[in-house]
Order: sequence, then C-alpha cells, then structure tokens
Amino acid sequence: MTTGRRIVFDPSLVLSGPYRDLLVAGLLLSLELAAITLVFALPLAIGVALLRVAPLRPLRWLGAAYVETIRNVPLLAHMLFWYFGAPELLPEPLKRRLYEGNIEAISAVIALTLYTAAYMAEDIRSGLRAIAPVQLEAGRSLGLGYLATVRLVLLPQALRITVPPLISQTLNLWKNTSIATVIGVGELMYQAAQVESASFRSFEPFAFATLSYLSVSLLITGLAAWYQQRYPVRQF
Amino acid sequence: MRDLIDTYWVYFLVGQYPKGPLGGLALTLLLSALALLLALPLGLALGLARLSPWRALRWPVSALVFTVRATPLLMVVFWAYFGLPALTGYKSSQFGTMLVALVVFDGAYLAEIVRAGVQGLGRGQMEAARALGLSHLQALRHVILPQALRHMLPSLVNQFVSTIKETSLGYIIGLSEVSFIATQINTQVFTKPAQVYLWLGVSYFLLCFGLSRLAYWMQGRGERRPATASPA
Repeated sequence: MTTGRRIVFDPSLVLSGPYRDLLVAGLLLSLELAAITLVFALPLAIGVALLRVAPLRPLRWLGAAYVETIRNVPLLAHMLFWYFGAPELLPEPLKRRLYEGNIEAISAVIALTLYTAAYMAEDIRSGLRAIAPVQLEAGRSLGLGYLATVRLVLLPQALRITVPPLISQTLNLWKNTSIATVIGVGELMYQAAQVESASFRSFEPFAFATLSYLSVSLLITGLAAWYQQRYPVRQF
Repeated sequence: MRDLIDTYWVYFLVGQYPKGPLGGLALTLLLSALALLLALPLGLALGLARLSPWRALRWPVSALVFTVRATPLLMVVFWAYFGLPALTGYKSSQFGTMLVALVVFDGAYLAEIVRAGVQGLGRGQMEAARALGLSHLQALRHVILPQALRHMLPSLVNQFVSTIKETSLGYIIGLSEVSFIATQINTQVFTKPAQVYLWLGVSYFLLCFGLSRLAYWMQGRGERRPATASPA
C-alpha cells in the first residue's frame, strides 16, 4: 500500500448519518420517478400501439412517426429539451408557476414517459399482431364494433403475452431514471455524486448506488421469471 | 432557427477543430464507432464464454454480464471516471473514460447478441461439427461463428444506433460530444433553448433513423437468402 494515500473501504460512511439519509432519499426518488412514469407510460403506450394497428393509414402513420421520432433520439436529449427548451415556449404566467414548483422532476417524468411509452408501444404492437386475425373477425361477427372488439377481445389477450417484454421495459425504465441527474433531479445517481464531492470518497457512495440499482433490477428480473412460470404462454 | 444553424453549424459538427480538439457530431460518431469496434471482440469472447461447456468460465462471465446489464450506463461511466485514475494512477481523458465505459457496457450487450446468434443456429450444427472430428474451438471458428455472425448483422447495426445514443452521456463528464456542444451553443445564444435542442434532436434522429432503416433493409435481405438449411 502506498504511503500517504490509503484506500480503505468504510461502509459506515454511507450506512449511517447524513450521507445515508441523502442516498436513501435519492433511492426513494428514483423509485418514485419509475413508478409515476410507469403509470403514465402504460396507457400512452397502449394508445400508440392501437394507432399502429389501426385500420386507417394516417393513424398508422401517426403511430409509427411517434415511435420512430422518440426512439431515435437519446433520452438525454429528450431531457435537455423538456427541461431547458420546452418551458420557454409556454406563456409567461404558466412558466412562472412551473418554475416555482419542482420543474426538474416534472421535465424528467415527461421525458421518461414519452421515451418509455415508445418502447412499450412496440412490445404491445407485437403482442397484438401475435393474436390471430380470426379473433378480430369472430368479435366483429358477434356484433361488436371495431373498438369494442379491440377492448374486449384483442387487448386482454395481447397484454397477457406482452407482460414479459413490458417487465423488461420496466427494467430499462428503472435504469433510465439515472439520466434525470443531468437536469438536476435529486435521484440516486445525483445524491451519490453529491456525497462523493462532499466526503471526497467515491467508492462508498458509488457502491451504495450500484448495489441499489442491482437489487431493484434483480427484483424486476425475478418478477419476470415468476410471471413466465406462473402464466406460461398459451398456444391458441 | 435558420440563422442559428448558419452561425453555429461548424461548431455543431466538429467542435473547436481545427483550432482545438475535435468535438460535436464528428466526435459522437468517432466515439461510437470506436466503442463498437473495440466492444466486438469483447462481446464475442464474453458471449462464447457464456456458452462454454466449462462451468468455471461460464458462471463468472454470466454473473459479470448480468451485473453490467442490470446497472445503468451512467453508473458504469461514474465508475470509470472515478475508478480508472485510482486504478491506473494517472488521470485519463474524458474521451478515454467514456470509451472504456462504453466498451464494457456494449461488450455485455453484444455478448447476449452473440449468444442469441449462436443459440439460434440449433444444436445440430455443433453436434455435426464435433462428429466430423473438429474440436469445440475449431467447430466454433469454422462452423458456428461464420453462420452466427451473419445472422447477427442487423442486431449489430441496431447496437450501433444504441451506442450513438449512449455517447450522449459523455455530456455528464464534460466530453465535448454533440449534446455538450448543443448546451454550449445554448449558453451562448441564451434566448433560443427550444430551437437549439430541437436541432440536436433532429440531428440524432437523422443519424439513428437512417442507420435503423439500414438494419431493417439488411434483415429483409437476410430473410430472403437464408444462410442455413432449416433446422430439423
């Protein structure tokens, strides 16, 4: 070991005291970001997926345009746009109210929601396409309208086979919350960097953050494995 | 928007080059191409190790691949940024830091592409090669990989698109790739943030959409010309 500079791992630095509180608050905010995004992204994704399989060409085109535009731009650029760019386009009073609130978190949730929904929409679309066309025909011949057939016959079946890919998208969403650091949202990665610069120790806070990300990822992966065992794919 | 592009397009494309270091869109492309190129052999090695018949190799590599894939890239970047100087003893450049982080991260993702490519061939190929007297490694080199790599080509182009998007995280450690340059331009202009970031988004879009169309086209070609006989 070199003299003068000692590298000793001291877990108590991040397992007690103010640094722990910062990191735990960060972890909770990360989980909150992921949960709120999921709540908004899922219905949006279903809507976009339905546009992509709609019987009208302009609607299909609209859905495709949404998915391609969002997916071909990095999440970081989305965040920068929604945080720095978009608020400037709003009328003055609304802008002022936004800046008084937690504009960082709002921008992050908007960017994460649009981004995650684009990926989830593609998974739901493959789920819809995996349902045999006779299901639609059968629903229609029973006298259901197009939308009613989609809602009562196609979606329940499609969503069931889409759950595993959706869980894997949730894992991506969980990892993507870290990018909210860029616009100053006080989530886990941000707090780890804060603790690093306050304590001059990088190993401990980063180990805390890494283990937290890993544990939640492991939990999500476990959920996917459990689901696939509990509800195996049914052959139609 | 028009005068914005007129004034800053050179800066946007190449950064301060030739008076200073290369930056902008050119650096984004250079970094992503280099990262993918260096990640390829790593991904190949990791992917084959995950399929290896030797448990002592398979398990630790699987654990490594899983760990990297379960962590955000930003975490890997932070480890590289703070860990590399401690490990090597001298401070590496932002470019070097980002390159190391991307190679490790992409290596783990490519490993899964390689694994899927090899597994997609069916066991018969390996068994036939072994039955002909080739060793495991010879069978990989002469029979499995030439076929698997061809199947993987569209996935590789998609991975390149992902890598381009990933380089944007260099922004955080102050690497002057295109997102960082856009922010610099935004600071100088000050009054047009929406236009500046729209410009950034459109640039990424043109680049990545073009490449993903290429992957799509290659996929169509691959399907028309199957590389293998249909598995029994």
